Amino acid sequence: MSKRTIEVELATPGVDARGQPTRVPLGVEAAPEPQLAGEHMLINLGPQHPATHGVLRLVVELDGETVVRVIPHLGYLHSGFEKLGEYRHYNQIIPLTDRTDYLAPMANNVGVALAAEKLMGIEITPRCVVLRVIACELSRIISHLVWLGTTSIDLGAFTPFLWAFQQRERVYNLQEMWTGARLTTSLTRVGGLMADIPNDFVTGLREFTRTFPKTLDEIDRVLTRNAVWAGRTQGVGVMSAAEAINYSLSGPMLRASGVPWDMRKDQPYLDYESYDFDVPVGTAGDVYDRYLVRLEECYQSNRILAQALERLPDGPINVDDPRVILPPKSRAMNDMEAMIYHFKQVMEGVKAPVGEAYVGIENPKGELGNYFVSDGTAKPVRWRIRPPAFINLASISKMAEGHLLSDLIAINASVDIVMGEVDR
Amino acid sequence: MNPSVDALRATFGTAIGRATVARDGETVVSVGAERLRDACQWLRDTPGQQYDYLVDLTAVEYRDRERPLEVVYFLRSLERRADLRVKVELDPAVDLAVDSVVSLWAGANWLEREVYDMFGITFRGHPDLRRILMWETYAEGYPLRKEFPLRGRFSRAEQVRQALAANPEAHYSLEELSIADAYQELPPDMKERLRNGERGDLPNSE
Repeated sequence: MSKRTIEVELATPGVDARGQPTRVPLGVEAAPEPQLAGEHMLINLGPQHPATHGVLRLVVELDGETVVRVIPHLGYLHSGFEKLGEYRHYNQIIPLTDRTDYLAPMANNVGVALAAEKLMGIEITPRCVVLRVIACELSRIISHLVWLGTTSIDLGAFTPFLWAFQQRERVYNLQEMWTGARLTTSLTRVGGLMADIPNDFVTGLREFTRTFPKTLDEIDRVLTRNAVWAGRTQGVGVMSAAEAINYSLSGPMLRASGVPWDMRKDQPYLDYESYDFDVPVGTAGDVYDRYLVRLEECYQSNRILAQALERLPDGPINVDDPRVILPPKSRAMNDMEAMIYHFKQVMEGVKAPVGEAYVGIENPKGELGNYFVSDGTAKPVRWRIRPPAFINLASISKMAEGHLLSDLIAINASVDIVMGEVDR
Repeated sequence: MNPSVDALRATFGTAIGRATVARDGETVVSVGAERLRDACQWLRDTPGQQYDYLVDLTAVEYRDRERPLEVVYFLRSLERRADLRVKVELDPAVDLAVDSVVSLWAGANWLEREVYDMFGITFRGHPDLRRILMWETYAEGYPLRKEFPLRGRFSRAEQVRQALAANPEAHYSLEELSIADAYQELPPDMKERLRNGERGDLPNSE
């Protein structure tokens, strides 16, 4: 029920929740394009180009200034994580996931841990569930802030970039406080977490959730009804709902096209069904709607964070199972039984039963799936990441062809790619 | 067990193999390679099935050499909120090929290219079956196959030699060069080498 509220608000033609126009009419009639048709030209964009958001390379065929064809070339950041995962214990895979979607490392850690736990049939503790929700939503916020900042720079607005990165820095400080790392967090373990939150964390996060929406309001004021922003993004890179489904888009890309699918609502994990939050859904499926959806998701993540802080229960963060969780160092050094478990886990790893498990979670970029196939040993036979950015990016040729070259930049930005995940 | 399995069996008979429930509660059903595309089309278009969304497409090779490779299709019906996992078994000794499903789900395009790139499985009818993560002329094989060593097939020295000897013009495919009319301006010997599919000038190993 609450899910539909935003959808209705966005669906009301031309008016948002605050009664402000969402579709900004351009002041001037679009000038007719000069006739440049004729000779086709080949433009190489990337792999080293600030507007390709990493080492993406696009070979673009232009007719005048119109994009005729986009040929993406990937793999410049291919690291073979999936292959490497077949040679690692389940817990050793977690550091690899930091480096896939490196703009939201904690959410990746959660995804792979959930899949391993599903495979092994482990129930995590209530405190761990809430802490993982906090990790996921913090990741969503920092990932969307990077997206907002870099996309606004791509389209010529510098200020929102600074505001977004200032707020991102605050989340990074919290992340560093919790995990000791700003990027390579490796937060989760199979059956729990690497560490509990430190003492000041709750205070810091509460302060963040209180003050963070102000920045979003400011970005909203600067961009949403800005004629240049609207002109660069409205009607650009349109994907209809049917096309979005056919192209397997997920996350904000899918919802901006008007498909109300969110893993947190539709296949809930980590008790997301018990949180009160809305899923923004667009109508036009263009770059502008993707922006609106992501901006609103930041507000909603903030709401979830506040609720998670309210309900954060006391108790252990790890399951009480010595075959899965390493004993504390002090016990491993003083207690024979603990030392044996410590030895077996470090040397042999955690054995998973024969079988397979897929867990999809709603990552900032879309549905992140982790698929494990096990033959009963401590190392998976196959570890597959369903990479949301890779699958979303596959539609770029479809979206960009027929638009201007400058629109290609906006479209490419709107996909929200992160090459660590696209190339893996 | 997902009721789609019984419906599949009623329609496709013996082409439908074993169906199991995986550890995450999803139903996994095995389909014969020759009927795979028909079964997928039926699952997508039949009222009551409506698996309109392809979540993922990948392949699995087991450590047990006796077991066949599997191509796994993760299907989802957004309307009915139901998932189904379809598997096709391919014997590497016979033929690693299966019909492409790009015409059903456009999202399968890059996913099938990736499976081809990583496992060497051919998708018949794919519009543009090229390597995607590895480069076009990658000669070491298929990285996610079990017989492929973790560090790659070639020695580091050989890899470096190939990288240094790569032909800079090879960064564009012939198709791309023909767009730019640059192809006409290349010297004849390079044209010939590109036409032969050669991408790097490898010095003789001593």
